[in-house]
Amino acid sequence: MNSNEILMPALSPTMEEGGIAKWLVKEGDIIKAGDLIAEIETDKAIMEFESALDCKISKLLVEEGTNNIKVNTPIVKINDNHIPLPTKNLNKENDKKNKTKKIINPQNDVHDIDLEKNETQKILTVRESIRDALAEEMRADENVFLMGEEVAEYQGAYKVSQGLLDEFGSKRVIDTPITEHGFTGLAAGAAFGGLKPVVEFMTFNFSLQAMDQIINTCAKTLYMSGGQMNCPIVLRGPNGAASQVAAQHSQDFAPWFASIPGLKVIQPFSANDAKGLLKSAIRDPNPVIFLENEILYNDKSASSEIRDELIPIGKANILIEGTDVSIISYGIGIKHSLMAIELAKDINISVELIDLRCLRPIDYNTVFESIKKTNRCITVEECFPVCSIGNHLSASIMENVFDYLDSPVINCTGKDVPMPYAKNLELAALITPEEIFEKIKKVTNLD
Amino acid sequence: MIKKNNLKSHLHLYKKMLLIRRFEEKAGQLYGMGKIGGFCHLYIGQEAVVVGVDSVKKKGDQVITSYRDHGHMLSCGMDPKGVMAELTGKKNGYSKGKGGSMHMFSKSEDFYGGHGIVAAQVPIGAGLAFANKYKKNQFVCFTYYGDGAANQGQIYEAFNMASLWKLPVVFIIENNQYAMGTSIDRASSTPKLFTRGEAFDIPGRLVDGMDVLEVSKATELAASNCRRGDGPYILEMNTYRYKGHSMSDPAKYRTREEVQNIKDKKDPIENFQKHLLNEGLDEDEFKKIDKEIKEIVSEAADFALESSEPDLTDLYKDIYLDN
Repeated sequence: MNSNEILMPALSPTMEEGGIAKWLVKEGDIIKAGDLIAEIETDKAIMEFESALDCKISKLLVEEGTNNIKVNTPIVKINDNHIPLPTKNLNKENDKKNKTKKIINPQNDVHDIDLEKNETQKILTVRESIRDALAEEMRADENVFLMGEEVAEYQGAYKVSQGLLDEFGSKRVIDTPITEHGFTGLAAGAAFGGLKPVVEFMTFNFSLQAMDQIINTCAKTLYMSGGQMNCPIVLRGPNGAASQVAAQHSQDFAPWFASIPGLKVIQPFSANDAKGLLKSAIRDPNPVIFLENEILYNDKSASSEIRDELIPIGKANILIEGTDVSIISYGIGIKHSLMAIELAKDINISVELIDLRCLRPIDYNTVFESIKKTNRCITVEECFPVCSIGNHLSASIMENVFDYLDSPVINCTGKDVPMPYAKNLELAALITPEEIFEKIKKVTNLD
Repeated sequence: MIKKNNLKSHLHLYKKMLLIRRFEEKAGQLYGMGKIGGFCHLYIGQEAVVVGVDSVKKKGDQVITSYRDHGHMLSCGMDPKGVMAELTGKKNGYSKGKGGSMHMFSKSEDFYGGHGIVAAQVPIGAGLAFANKYKKNQFVCFTYYGDGAANQGQIYEAFNMASLWKLPVVFIIENNQYAMGTSIDRASSTPKLFTRGEAFDIPGRLVDGMDVLEVSKATELAASNCRRGDGPYILEMNTYRYKGHSMSDPAKYRTREEVQNIKDKKDPIENFQKHLLNEGLDEDEFKKIDKEIKEIVSEAADFALESSEPDLTDLYKDIYLDN
């Protein structure tokens, strides 16, 4: 850390990198504490960043418009006689990494691996792909509209709906009051009235306020009306743990919703799946729960080339073919599994990775066929361990392909505790690649 | 809107109220015989409310209500046979036997249920009104709930959005004085439910819900307000439920005298009959109507009892709609 530099600040709990949307100072300026230095584009919004000290701007280290600058990367060289540090939210890990590089050129970090493969490929983040899916479906069908808290003028609490208000106007991109139970019921009524609402929950934690309308109205009305009245609604938003937002804002509801007949439940990992499945969800005549993940919105492992295809709801995807162990996972579980599989390669274990993508209906057949081949299975997900999707799959596997198993199925989940706030405790409560790797060794009797 | 002294339309209102009364009496009888199961909430005593409101309803206007819904279905034109068959859990019922008393729907008659969770229908009704506004079709959604539901939070969430977005919805509170066994003065900090929209700038009005013409007049005013684009309106219908909350209600929370007193003085059907006699209808006309209605109800009951149970294969049908 050099006190003659101002570093890229972390301006949200999940921000790992940011961009300089606009410099508000130039080299040679003398500024006071509280003066604005730049507009910084975070993973959630464009925010004004102010100086914490009186100083002179000696040099701007990155150009305006540069993106993907890691948190704690120096962005301004300053001349000051004071000592206060410019950023409050220091991330020790990044600090360590950046120690050796005085100035990094952030451009080199952009989608490093994927872009090397093919310069012409269009790689999108999950966030961008969801926005594109919404925009395309709204263009195709004027009865599709988006409603939720801060989806319009604020441009989305997580920037997912960025730009949609400009294109579609306030009739179709609707800011709601903070009133989940009310607006979910209202959207269900709009669906019965012939529209196709997409409801954004700022996070699925707040969907609990609306649970009665989701379960008792959206899921059941078709059945209770003898097939007369369907509810074509998509309820979407981030689900699962973010980063240090503690117990009330960190939980994966996939198994809750997946247990309800009448709902369809999707939890995508990759950007391409998110887009293709959201488009299918909006076109589906049934209520669909679309569980996104805040960490994956901007995550490189989930960013992908977009193939512009509709992906059918209820089809799993074999992400990696393998012969020794099947890992059945979904959502952010895939990210952790991919890292564990890298570790397994070093000890020559071949893992088959299946992304369920949809939790209702579940693609049992793809799971069973994989187990017939590998004879071993680990399930990986972020939810609580009791009544997890893995629990359900274990029972189904026993009933259907028991004779093919060489070892008991292992369920890998989050821990059976409310999410703690402290960073170390939070990490301990979540699934990790190391834990999954341990289970891989255990299920193959190598532990 | 009913034209003054229009005997034909008045007679139509009378017939509808009588149909509901006789139908509900028959349903009560079938429940006692074990032919109807589960919860069954009868509408007897409240007939003037739904019939008066429906006199204003135009084709395309929607109706949505709670679980005390038989009257609403009969009034909006649904077939008594299909309603009774649903009550008895038969495949010819409106929901093919899968909904029962509390969950019936008819898209063709713009009846959106029949909802079993207290107050859940209120935001849904606001949503139907939202769809009307979105499609610019001039229709109004008549959204009913009871005095018990009036204390549920989601109603005020719906009020706020309905007023904020000027949605064409008439909120109709059927105040039958008792939320199950709890009288309104034991449940509500103020009994004036029609004033509860004030905080949201929604006009409200107290209406004699035992007088079908008064109901019609007030509804006309409220619906025009909606059709003009001025947003929601609240009508509190002061009414009374003669029977228990459901069939298993021991009714210890009120006296027989209280109920009898209302029946004697306020009965919506008897009073309207007197009114029509004054207008010049003769008694024979009423005898004819009575016979006609009894036949409709008895046919509905026979139809329901003779219908077959749903096929077991229906268990797994209509959970999802195919793309």
